Amino acid sequence: MARTLTFEIFRYNPAIPEQKPQMQCFTLAETANMTLFIALNRLREEQDPSLVFDFCCRAGICGSCGMVVNGRPRLACQTKTADLPERIILLPLPVFKLVGDLSVDTGVWFRDMYQKTRSWIHTKKAFDSDQEEERMDNAVAEQIYELERCVECGCCIAACGTARMRDDFLGAASLNRIARFALDPRDERTDQDYFEIIGNDYGIFGCMGLLACEDVCPKHLPLQNQLGFLRRKMGITALKQLFRKSSCAS
Amino acid sequence: MYTHNTDLLVIGAGLSGERIAVEAAQAGFSVICLSIVPARRSHSSAAQGGMQAALGNCALGENDHPDVHFADTVKGSDWGCDQEVARMFANTAPIEMRRLAHWGVPWNRVVAGTSFYFKGGEKFEKTEAKEKAGLITARSFGGTAKWRTCYTSDGTGHAVMCTMDNKCAELGIAVLDRKEAIALIHDGQKCMGAVVRCLRTGRLETYLATATAICSGGFGRLYAATTNAIICDGGAAAMALDTGLVPIGNPEAIQFHPTGIVPTEILVTEGCRGDGGTLLDVHEERFMHIYEPQKAELASRDVVARRMLEHIRAGHGVPSAYGEHLWLDIRHLGDEHISTKLREVDEICQNFLGVDPRTQLIPVRPTQHYTMAGIRTNKTGAAYGLKGLFSAGEAACWDMHGFNRLGGNSLAETVVAGGIIGRYVVDYLKNTDLCFSSALVKAELARQQERIDDLMASRLGKENVYAVRKDMQEALTEGCFVFRNAQGLQRCVHILEEVLDRAGKIGLASNGLGANHELGAALKIQGQVRLALCVATAALARTESRGSHNREDYPDRNDAQWLNRTLAYWPQDNRAPKLEYEEATPYFEIPPGDRGYGGGSIIPADAEKIAAKTMQNQE
Repeated sequence: MARTLTFEIFRYNPAIPEQKPQMQCFTLAETANMTLFIALNRLREEQDPSLVFDFCCRAGICGSCGMVVNGRPRLACQTKTADLPERIILLPLPVFKLVGDLSVDTGVWFRDMYQKTRSWIHTKKAFDSDQEEERMDNAVAEQIYELERCVECGCCIAACGTARMRDDFLGAASLNRIARFALDPRDERTDQDYFEIIGNDYGIFGCMGLLACEDVCPKHLPLQNQLGFLRRKMGITALKQLFRKSSCAS
Repeated sequence: MYTHNTDLLVIGAGLSGERIAVEAAQAGFSVICLSIVPARRSHSSAAQGGMQAALGNCALGENDHPDVHFADTVKGSDWGCDQEVARMFANTAPIEMRRLAHWGVPWNRVVAGTSFYFKGGEKFEKTEAKEKAGLITARSFGGTAKWRTCYTSDGTGHAVMCTMDNKCAELGIAVLDRKEAIALIHDGQKCMGAVVRCLRTGRLETYLATATAICSGGFGRLYAATTNAIICDGGAAAMALDTGLVPIGNPEAIQFHPTGIVPTEILVTEGCRGDGGTLLDVHEERFMHIYEPQKAELASRDVVARRMLEHIRAGHGVPSAYGEHLWLDIRHLGDEHISTKLREVDEICQNFLGVDPRTQLIPVRPTQHYTMAGIRTNKTGAAYGLKGLFSAGEAACWDMHGFNRLGGNSLAETVVAGGIIGRYVVDYLKNTDLCFSSALVKAELARQQERIDDLMASRLGKENVYAVRKDMQEALTEGCFVFRNAQGLQRCVHILEEVLDRAGKIGLASNGLGANHELGAALKIQGQVRLALCVATAALARTESRGSHNREDYPDRNDAQWLNRTLAYWPQDNRAPKLEYEEATPYFEIPPGDRGYGGGSIIPADAEKIAAKTMQNQE
């Protein structure tokens, strides 16, 4: 115990473009049960109030505080300093637009994703307040919830080889979103509809299968299973399309 | 100048805000939702328990009815609620749960057949009916008469938030994050929108709207220890108070929880104590039985919290870098119990403390949890004092919770009130033609820019905002916590008055440029201290104990004098709030009685007066 921690933190404020991005060193006496939430707030309140980072729930629920901690994207609020070496290097998540220092703009990225994936239940049925709700098997409800646990922290996107190379790749969080709706009996979209969205190189066929998305997911979502499931489903849809085209042609 | 025009401006894109937005957008109105964080990160998403609604689908909810839900709510409020509002809520809740199912919430459903459940450590059997299989089920929560709490596993708030935000995306509603409203634009009669600081660039923008709804959640961050997310800082409530026209309803009505972990104050469930967990002091000895020989650790939430604080004050707290705390011990419950029934507690301890509760003690202390207090509105959600201003959810005092909120009622309120108030907002928009004065807008914008310039140049002083904030939080925590008395409250008010002076003399230590946090904190600190003064002053004035407001020097519930609601105003240039009172409810469906828990006796109100206000049995 009683270690002195050295933080090397990425600093850049886009409002002062003449100042170049740099790493800044801070030291802090470690206290018991310290998390990066506690540590970063102490640094800001006691040493440098210009330090920019994001926290909201500080309980691993909201996904605000994704950052690269000693080389790995993770939620800062559930990172305990006791699990880290004395030298802690903090960088903002790559891929996303930088707001300042450790803060990145996941909000705009994910809202754009809702439109790309059309992230809502597509149904022609209207709600009738006098009617009993449509029944659903509890096991199906639990499967949907399992995929809905995504907190949109952006760690899977930041850790993704394809997303790092191309801006238009949907990434695991978006593909998981499609899997969530494909599973939901209330959504009337067909495989063909989903194929229009993800049956291409910026969708499911852009995934190189490097598995980092699942490795870094703080909610331990079964991302690889879902990507595999979609790849098969979309592969079959593609084959059917090909078959339909060739039989039309003949 | 960045100026945006819209029919409806929603400040806060949590569940109640987005629910109102959906209602307005579906009626064809333009809507902009502003949020400090991306909508799905709102504090709504942290509510894990569920939403109360009398659907009566599950076996132990059989024969449930909105009447029973209403009765639970009124009793829970210790007769402090508006019964007309509680009735609207209880009747509408089941329909709203079904609507959410239609929109995409993966509610847990009834599974037919026999299964087991635990109550007070004992095992019972229940059988779910075949004909109910697949309907929305419910769990037991918050000491209600029936199992009534609809849920999605351990993440109800998160799941409903996802669905609501998806609905907003479907409707094309502009949900803008990293936007913080810092002042309302009004002419003394009507609200016309808000001046907003962009948290990406630091620039000011103005949003002009025919109707404005504040749905910014509670203000737990006025306290040093709270379970609330860090955005629940009362900034928007203070902004309403700052108009001098809009009152805070029942500011003294605040709920606490005995066991938040130290540091970070994440909740560990009371189930730990229910299952046999014990509380230990610095000597690792039990103490609850000294104060409460009968119930010891199983005494009610408020009593346990009070005794914990008493024991710490008597010098038996465990010192730590984060202040004194006590220990929660569940080691003796064993690996199997901890791994299955207390899995969530296990995960919190491992993830946020690095503590293994099988072999180590959990540091805990009482912590602020929920604000029944809020922007006072009428039953339509319209705020007192300014036309065109609405409020809903924890931010509002609508007032279905009175002096104590039931578990599962707050999360349900967000969507149920959001739906009801959303329809009233639509009515208002249909019938209102608003003329904006550009001079007024420019003047407010200039006033806010001047505040920023003053802070950045340290023109008014050199006080450190974080130090001032800490002193406010400590004053409120010390003097206006679970149990209150005149001496402590007077001291608290006195300290807060000094803190308020200092809050007017803040100067930034940093340059304040761009997405600067210090400037954001400095812009709201004066309003926060005023809000804290409303809480302490109202608590000092209310010389009775009701629900979560516990006065050691006035232990009785005094219906003869205090069957009312506090309205705290902050007239411009005042140094203290002005308190007014109004009747708690327009009529009684259930006349005041004993809620059957919490202790204390009742000084009854005049029987004739009560009878005159009590509804006769409906035909």
